[in-house]
Amino acid sequence: MASSVHFPGAVNSKFTTDLAFEQPSTHPAMPTYRVMDSDGIIVDESRKPSDISNEEILKWYKNMLTGTGPPAIVSIMDLIMFDAQRQGRLSFYMVSAGEEGIAIGSASALFPKDVIFCQYRETGVFQQRGFALSDFMNQLFANGKDNGKGRNMPVHYGSSKLNIHTISSTLATQIPQAAGAAYALKIQALQNPNMVPRIVACYFGEGAASEGDFHAALNIAATRSCPVVFICRNNGYAISTPTLEQYRGDGIASRGIGYGIDTIRVDGNDIFAVREVTKEARRMALENGGKPILIEAMSYRVSHHSTSDDSFAYRAKVEVEDWKRRDNPITRLRKWMEHQGLWDDEMEKEARSQIRKDVLKAFAQAEKEKRAPLRDMFTDVYEDLSEESKVQMKELGRLLDEYPGEYDVSEFEGGRKGLDEPAEQ
Amino acid sequence: MVASRLLRPASRLLSTHRPFISPSKSALQPAASLPTLVNARRYATPSGVKEVAVRDALNEALAEELEANDKVFVLGEEVAQYNGAYKVTKGLLDRFGDKRVIDSPITESGFCGLTVGAALAGLHPVCEFMTFNFAMQAIDQIINSAAKTHYMSGGIQPCNITFRGPNGFAAGVAAQHSQDYSSWYGSIPGLKVVAPYSSEDAKGLLKAAIRDPNPVVVLENELMYGTHFPMSEAAQRDDFVLPFGKAKIERPGKDLTIVTLSRCVGQALTAAEQMKKDYGVEAEVINLRSVKPLDVEAIVKSVKKTGHLMAVESGFPSFGVGAEILALTMEYAFDYLDAPAVRITGAEVPTPYAQGLENMSFPSEDLIAKYGAKLLRV
Repeated sequence: MASSVHFPGAVNSKFTTDLAFEQPSTHPAMPTYRVMDSDGIIVDESRKPSDISNEEILKWYKNMLTGTGPPAIVSIMDLIMFDAQRQGRLSFYMVSAGEEGIAIGSASALFPKDVIFCQYRETGVFQQRGFALSDFMNQLFANGKDNGKGRNMPVHYGSSKLNIHTISSTLATQIPQAAGAAYALKIQALQNPNMVPRIVACYFGEGAASEGDFHAALNIAATRSCPVVFICRNNGYAISTPTLEQYRGDGIASRGIGYGIDTIRVDGNDIFAVREVTKEARRMALENGGKPILIEAMSYRVSHHSTSDDSFAYRAKVEVEDWKRRDNPITRLRKWMEHQGLWDDEMEKEARSQIRKDVLKAFAQAEKEKRAPLRDMFTDVYEDLSEESKVQMKELGRLLDEYPGEYDVSEFEGGRKGLDEPAEQ
Repeated sequence: MVASRLLRPASRLLSTHRPFISPSKSALQPAASLPTLVNARRYATPSGVKEVAVRDALNEALAEELEANDKVFVLGEEVAQYNGAYKVTKGLLDRFGDKRVIDSPITESGFCGLTVGAALAGLHPVCEFMTFNFAMQAIDQIINSAAKTHYMSGGIQPCNITFRGPNGFAAGVAAQHSQDYSSWYGSIPGLKVVAPYSSEDAKGLLKAAIRDPNPVVVLENELMYGTHFPMSEAAQRDDFVLPFGKAKIERPGKDLTIVTLSRCVGQALTAAEQMKKDYGVEAEVINLRSVKPLDVEAIVKSVKKTGHLMAVESGFPSFGVGAEILALTMEYAFDYLDAPAVRITGAEVPTPYAQGLENMSFPSEDLIAKYGAKLLRV
């Protein structure tokens, strides 16, 4: 007699007479992969990073220092922009202290042609791919050089040149979209075998993973075999909601298994581990025509959720200070660099002072830039200007020409001329 | 004030303010633009009148209904521990405990579905959305389940649920978090939809919504929570409710009927005073209070008197509340109109982030007064 029947919905399930429910609590928590401990010591010498130059590592470190806050001393860009928001020079800002390792470590393992979807705490991803300080500042000040033409809230960066989709305010919608973009890449690769295959990397927080979109995305990505790497930043808080109230299972990683997706949990404070895991995930995602991979990177959100949030209303300051002291991605890499003789206090001081200067310079420059040209008020609602918009543009032009003294349009790119269609290139 | 869940973060508008909004920008300073009329409403015992913020009126309504009926409970993101993103549920957790005031994970379709299920099983949930922009994730539960199950179950499954939260544009939160959903929900048979303006509206309509056996959508206004209004002695009592489908004449007048709702009521009142000052005309301002059912009678009655109608709302122009008001007026009071009715609405554009453009994307006091004068040819 067969010990199992091939039910279409569970083909390898064996029969049993033991009435037992699977209990999540009896399963051990999924392990967390790491290469380097919190003192910056490589735990297993055989896993030592071998394919990265010291120069590259120094670049990571400086990116981390720039983009977000070295805990204990606070950030450079984070600090400056947080203050700028408080002074009313910016309507909103989001800091990302504590998660620099995840962003920069993972981005360093992706190819420039890979497509990226972000949530809103991935400053490091943009930096690592070459988004310049001026690019950040232009977006934050919504000036004419902003890729989004000043139409988004601050921190909604995007860059077609760097293959990063523009960040959307709506939560979790990027996750199923990433599956779709990956599906498109897969089809593209099938149709054009000479192209270098690409993947999609999709970032989101553990809070966003509670939205229905996350679940729909994992299932559709698995069933359509989409080459997408889902990277969950589990930082312990979704605004004020701690993870213990966000879910009851073993983090986000355990969900990947349920959807039939290869999954790993990694120490997000260990930049070497994050890089290695992402590199391997990228390779696996392109195997056998493509499949999704889930990475859950663990960290702690040292900063407030955003400038609209005061997290000490729902967590103890001592808890945050404790984390800052105990472990964070920047000091960990710094310790490693110091052990290697690559870094010392003098270099740290110099780097900080230089970065601060650079940030402030980009800040001042962006604040001075002109606003987007007048025609951008009308463009892009649809692919082509609607007839009504054309009429309105013409009328605006007429008014500006007739009453030049009434309307000062000098702060907009091109002034009055900025209303006209740009000349054909 | 800023940001969204996105900016969920965005929802903390009230704990911080957008400092670069100058006080002269009245569009973003509703409190500053309240006409004196509001402070001179007729009450039986003016001595008992109290100034109450809209936020506190809502809080009082929730507390009273939680107290009065143990089937009522409040559920939403950050409503308990954090006292609500806009502090509307402040103190309720301490007073009623975690069985009645419940925090949810970030899963609108999940917690909205859960409250709809609880309502179908006989409880009276109040489902809070951090903003109605986030309710988009759960709109199937609201429209296909909450609004229709009573009908489709042959009348055996009531759905006594209240959906509430801030609606409409805020300040500097860009296109995805600046939408007015009045016409979306107002078009669904099976739903009731209210949009309070003042503190009395807020308390009376929310209490009525919780008591009403049907699903009710309470569209509060993100920019009005901190605004104080006088509250009559009657409204301070715990038995105060306002009937649905009854508009309120906020300002009587004989020359022009302005039909409006939510925050635009305050703007219309200011504009009416302006028009009186500038042109000596008296505009009647009707606060709809309830979008569905809609008080057609009040509109028709007023138009018969004034002969002129203007609808003011902050939704998009196409297929909106204003469009509905104009259509109804055409159907029921066409012969009484001395001039074609007009509407002032939000602009036909994804809400811009730029402050100047954002201001111009929604009705302003000036615009209302100007169009009123144009309509009356004064």
